[in-house]
Amino acid sequence: MAVGSTALSALVKLDRVSMAYGRGATAVRAIEEVSLEIAHGEFIAVVGPSGCGKSSLMKLISGLHPPLAGALTVEGRPVRGPVKSVGMAFQNSNLLPWRSALDNVLLPLEIVRPYRDEFRSNRKQYAQKAEELLGSVGLAGFAKKFPWELSGGMQQRASICRALIHEPEILMLDEPFGALDAFTREELWCTLRDLQAARKVTVMLVTHDLREAVFLADTVYVMSNRPGRIVKRCAVDIARPRDLDVTYTQPFQDIVHELRALIGGRH
Amino acid sequence: MDRREFALTVISPAAFTAVLFLLWELVCKVFAVPLTILPAPSDVFAALWQYRAPIVDNAWVTLWTTVAGFLIATVFGLALGIAIGWHRAIYAGIYPVLVGFNSIPKVAVVPVLILWFGIGEVPAVLTAFLISFFPIAVNVATGLATTEPELEDVLRALGASKLDIMKKVGIPRSLPYFFGSLKVAITLAFVGAVVSETVGANKGLGKLMLDAQASFQVPIVFAGLLVLAVLGILLYAATAIIETRFTGWAFRGGANR
Ligand SMILES: Nc1ncnc2c1ncn2[C@@H]1O[C@H](COP(=O)(O)OP(=O)(O)O)[C@@H](O)[C@H]1O
Ligand SMILES: [Mg+2]
Repeated sequence: MAVGSTALSALVKLDRVSMAYGRGATAVRAIEEVSLEIAHGEFIAVVGPSGCGKSSLMKLISGLHPPLAGALTVEGRPVRGPVKSVGMAFQNSNLLPWRSALDNVLLPLEIVRPYRDEFRSNRKQYAQKAEELLGSVGLAGFAKKFPWELSGGMQQRASICRALIHEPEILMLDEPFGALDAFTREELWCTLRDLQAARKVTVMLVTHDLREAVFLADTVYVMSNRPGRIVKRCAVDIARPRDLDVTYTQPFQDIVHELRALIGGRH
Repeated sequence: MDRREFALTVISPAAFTAVLFLLWELVCKVFAVPLTILPAPSDVFAALWQYRAPIVDNAWVTLWTTVAGFLIATVFGLALGIAIGWHRAIYAGIYPVLVGFNSIPKVAVVPVLILWFGIGEVPAVLTAFLISFFPIAVNVATGLATTEPELEDVLRALGASKLDIMKKVGIPRSLPYFFGSLKVAITLAFVGAVVSETVGANKGLGKLMLDAQASFQVPIVFAGLLVLAVLGILLYAATAIIETRFTGWAFRGGANR
């Protein structure tokens, strides 16, 4: 096994954490007593039926929404507000249409401290960093293009670059490839795999594609229907680096089938 | 502009207008319509030429009162729109009041303005302002409200303040709405200025037409209408050009989600 998660220290720790939207009688319970640990450099995937609370779990860990009960710590500190060491990307690339790809990627540096205070004086250097990042996801030469000049897959690549430019501890991806066609999606799997291998960033990937989860993650968590609980923690014992061919092997298929059975629904 | 586009955007409307005037002329001549009911275009243009000095004089007043009212409305509407879009509580508090205010016909306000500021240009400027700030404010607020919640999450997670989100996303996002609303606002401001002049003023096209009507100089009334139409088109075109200049991305990027 390539990753011994026990050897690494925990970056994120959830101990019987619950969360709800709203208050009182009308509150919607989204997450129920979830306990999990994410190690430094670990790649986890969260799968589960639609509406089970996967996105809510992301909001919780990034500090955008407070927990109702339980203990949540990131880097050993309890989370009390937005955790700045987080980069996020969603299914919709959400690139700003009036900015070029490069300027979109630079956006976080205009906001996060300490970069924002030095943004003007260091702009050249930052732009170079952004261009290198774009190059590493296969967008070299597209820095000056505007979002509408990029394909869906390219927009998504740029969106992931935007999530990484400020070198966050945790990269949070919420169904990032959900709107892409199958071929583009598999290309982006490989891009993400290589990015993570090169940068050693911790990744939390929310997806409802089980093959995607098993191919990319070290650990897959399966959530139940709302309110979301973790019903299974599954360590993926497939050696890295993983090639796309691995998805056609028996051990891979076995894991996918096992997860599929846990999620239930129509067969 | 290639030839095809030129034909479409210049020749076609010019030809259509010419045909319209010809038909009008023809109807007046064939049915011998009296000058006091509907003057033919030839009579109108003759009046336009004959009274060009007072017409230009008064048109100038209408034009500057319109533009002055419109400029005040732009600044005020933008500020109000940002305030409304800033926070749900401000929105909830102001919006009903605004709707109520907007539903008052502005003609009804003119006598009050005249009472306060006397006969002159001030009531026209204020009427133009009062009638035209509403669409600007509403559009800016709408633009701010359409910021994707996910994008807001991305930025909030980075530690962005409300002001950061407004500066980086909200305000740029609402600019196409803002510039789009200017076209509507300038037309309304023009209406406001002219209405105010017809209720009570000592200058302006509205006042000129009112005087002409009182003395049965119908061709002058129509000449005034013609000038109003031309000014209206010019003002609209000016704001439309500003719109495309400043928000080209919104048109080109329209297909971009
Ligand atoms: N802002 C919100 N206010 C109220 N309820 C919400 C909100 N966001 C999500 N929910 C509810 O919480 C549950 C979990 O949502 P979510 O985390 O988005 O699910 P998933 O990402 O797994 O599809 C859903 O039932 C949803 O209706
Ligand atoms: Mg979701």
